[in-house]
Amino acid sequence: MHEMVPEHWLVSVKEEEKILKSLGVTKGQLPKIRKSDPVVKALEKVEGEISPGRIIEIVRKSRTRGIAKIYRTVIGE
Amino acid sequence: MKVEISKGIEELKFALLSPEEVRRMSAVKVITPDTYDDDGYPIEKGLMDPSMGVIEPGLKCKTCGGKVDQCPGHFGHIELAMPVVHIGFIKEIYSILSSTCSNCGRIKLPEDKLKEYFERIKDTANKLSDIEYDDIVSEVESDASEVVICPHCHFENQKVALDKPTTFREEGKKLTPKEIRERFEKIQNDDLPLIGLDPKVARPEWMILTVFPVPPVNVRPTITLETGERSEDDLTHKLVDVIRINQRLRENRDQGSPQLIIEDLWDLLQYHVTTYFDNQTPGTPPARHRSGRSLKTLVQRLKGKEGRFRSNLSGKRVNFSARTVISPEPFLSINQVGVPAKAARELTVTETVTEHNFERLKELIKNGPGKEEEIYRPGVNYVYRADGSRIKISEKNAGEVAEKMELGWQIERQMEDGDIVLFNRQPSLHRMSMMAHEVKVLPYRTFRFNLAVCAPYNADFDGDEMNLHVLQSQEARAEAEILMKVQENFLSPRFGGPIMGAIHDHITALFMLTYRNPLIPLEAGLHIMSYINVDRTPEPIEIDGKKYFKGRDMFSLILPEGVNIEFKGKLGDKSLDPSGTEGTIRIEDSKLLNGAIDENAIGQSKGVLLDYVLRKYGNAEGAKFLDNLTRLAAGVISFNGFSTGIDDEDVPGEAKAQLREVGNEAVQKVEKLIENYKNGLIGMEPGKTLEDTLESMVMKTLSQAREKSSEIASHYLGMDNSTVIMARSGARANMMNLAQMAGIIGQQSIRGQRQHRGYTNRTLPHFKKGDIGAYARGFVSSSYKEGLNPTEYFFHATGGREGLVDIAVRTSRSGYMQRRLINALEDLKVSEEGKVLDTEDSVIQLEYGEDGTDPSRSFEGDSVDVDYLVKEIFGKKYGGKK
Repeated sequence: MHEMVPEHWLVSVKEEEKILKSLGVTKGQLPKIRKSDPVVKALEKVEGEISPGRIIEIVRKSRTRGIAKIYRTVIGE
Repeated sequence: MKVEISKGIEELKFALLSPEEVRRMSAVKVITPDTYDDDGYPIEKGLMDPSMGVIEPGLKCKTCGGKVDQCPGHFGHIELAMPVVHIGFIKEIYSILSSTCSNCGRIKLPEDKLKEYFERIKDTANKLSDIEYDDIVSEVESDASEVVICPHCHFENQKVALDKPTTFREEGKKLTPKEIRERFEKIQNDDLPLIGLDPKVARPEWMILTVFPVPPVNVRPTITLETGERSEDDLTHKLVDVIRINQRLRENRDQGSPQLIIEDLWDLLQYHVTTYFDNQTPGTPPARHRSGRSLKTLVQRLKGKEGRFRSNLSGKRVNFSARTVISPEPFLSINQVGVPAKAARELTVTETVTEHNFERLKELIKNGPGKEEEIYRPGVNYVYRADGSRIKISEKNAGEVAEKMELGWQIERQMEDGDIVLFNRQPSLHRMSMMAHEVKVLPYRTFRFNLAVCAPYNADFDGDEMNLHVLQSQEARAEAEILMKVQENFLSPRFGGPIMGAIHDHITALFMLTYRNPLIPLEAGLHIMSYINVDRTPEPIEIDGKKYFKGRDMFSLILPEGVNIEFKGKLGDKSLDPSGTEGTIRIEDSKLLNGAIDENAIGQSKGVLLDYVLRKYGNAEGAKFLDNLTRLAAGVISFNGFSTGIDDEDVPGEAKAQLREVGNEAVQKVEKLIENYKNGLIGMEPGKTLEDTLESMVMKTLSQAREKSSEIASHYLGMDNSTVIMARSGARANMMNLAQMAGIIGQQSIRGQRQHRGYTNRTLPHFKKGDIGAYARGFVSSSYKEGLNPTEYFFHATGGREGLVDIAVRTSRSGYMQRRLINALEDLKVSEEGKVLDTEDSVIQLEYGEDGTDPSRSFEGDSVDVDYLVKEIFGKKYGGKK
């Protein structure tokens, strides 16, 4: 993967609730990512089919914070 | 999983009013073109019939019985003698006429094709977007209007032409609105979706008016002038015209007048109805008032900058605000604003009478509204009793009302010193464009504020005006004071440094006070120190029996306790000071030990000392420091005096000779380069053509010449020179500007290149063709002081113009970019947990900025300034920075 693309990880169904609780948000509130997004497609090659509603964790490098974790909900199309 | 989506408007539907509906909603059939009778009462069945609503207080609506503020108004209607075209639907009428058969009223396409189009529209599985639907409708229209012979009834249709604005012709024969209406009536409901109409809410014949709705009187109120004269609204005037012509048309028609007269009147009715809707229809002369002013009809009410949308819905006006010219006042704190007494008497704060403010408000009412010629003393303009009735306070009734005052009354109190107000200068491009100030009521007619506050507002005093808003509730005042006060906006979120600071003469003055630590005679020193707000003086020193203060000691007075800092000033190492030490500013235990205070110490957005004070002592102390600083500067510079003139750029004869030499040498060097180029002696530089190589060499030579002239000028212009003091201290201008005045202006460029455009092979006809020498390409060897020769002047002007155009283009473009960005982000908010959410509570960022750092509290882009903390905690020995 290209160095400019931050790391993307699929969150396991078991952990989803825990993460949402710690963030204090619902799945629908999270930013979205399309299933057709190139990164999701690439991730599907590793994880198998990713159905809409799953959560993806994105790990970005930040000058001020070290690493910043962002979560996105997969949506269709 | 279903991802939830919040509420939103799904669909907006526009429909047409049918004649039946117009009649159904009508409260009165208007038949008289008059408004009021001689006694001033509205005429029955006239345009001001009380069934259409009331505009005069006290009267009741005939339809709903409501009073002025209860009755929403009711429509009336006019029965038109002959149908007319609605100007707003001209395009639609034209397209329906061309795409349908005039005989059978079907769309002129074969049955199978129609079916195909219906399939596409009715394809409910994947719902069509509006754009796709519009595309299909226009496809049908363009297909059908080509057809001549109707596939349904085999009638030979003729081409319909639109003769603007409102006449339709078929092969030169006029189609009357009546005929058009008859044709439209024949169109089947089933075909309408392909024309773009929904048969449930619209029929094409409704685009031809037979009944005319008359808007309620609330929409077109009568204005009564002070003289008692009545003046009708433009819409009413237009309606009078419509009714009058309608009546004449009906009479003529019923009498069986000649066709010609009827047609003329019909056209006239069409004209009045058209201008009633839109008085700026192309091809129609606008209807005018008797005075010659064109009437403002329906479209004009809505359209454009002064229309309902942009003027009344997107932009609203507020009360409790004032606007006037601004001017400077260095004796005000940065947190204050000087408000002219005249404005202070008009601007009021509403206070409710309680046990706690009873006596104070009573005294205020006794003061009355005050008179302009008196010295300002806050009073009261209006009093609202508990039942909401208003009493205007005058000199006469002031005492009486004060005695009658009760708990729960509302008092509109005039502005007094210390009130919190919002102060704003447009364009409001950032949050610092609107800040909270404390009021100080002053004489004269301008708003005044401390010069340091010019920067956040981007204000100057060449005629700028600013707005002031008086806060009306305790919550608003508290919030403004905590969040919006000037001192709370010291650090800009744009770059994390102080946006306010010393400017111009402040820097000059304090530089002169501290450069080489001058001795200031006791009396002068005391006078200057009387400007500032401190309770001590430095220890004077005695030389030859005379007492002096040291400049740096005087400056040290305004520093808060415990300042320990060392940093490089603008003079740096290249100081003109022989000892070379003035550039290092060292403060120990709040004593300025070394260095000249300059832009790097106290200047806006780069003042290191100012930044230090703000971070270490907080905003309040920072504001105090800056207040004292501006006062001290005013004291120093007004006591010493400081001026500059063009003779500050006088250089001795030998310097002039040297400068001329530099100029000539450069020109000769360029000539040599060109000669070498012509003889093929110049090698190509990587990535450049031979011509580019020559150009870059020439440019380098010429810029070296200017630098050299700058050096010579600097050498002859010393620190005893006002302009040099300003340039070196960073107050204004730089050494290059001075060198351009005294020595050589240098190369004038366009888009980073030497001047090259103009005539064939030359820039101006003054040069030989093919001349690419220094002067022919815009090199200016004169100085501003000497003056430029004509060709130089021209090149200088072209270069200057490029700068102006650049600025104009850049500001408009970046302004629009910023506007779009703001509009996209304006309703995002930071929640209590620090998440950035939009109006649907969807997450934009899980933590503000993804690091939760307030940019105005960060340090040069980092969250924490570790070096500073180490230094403060463990002593300066351990400080990481040099």
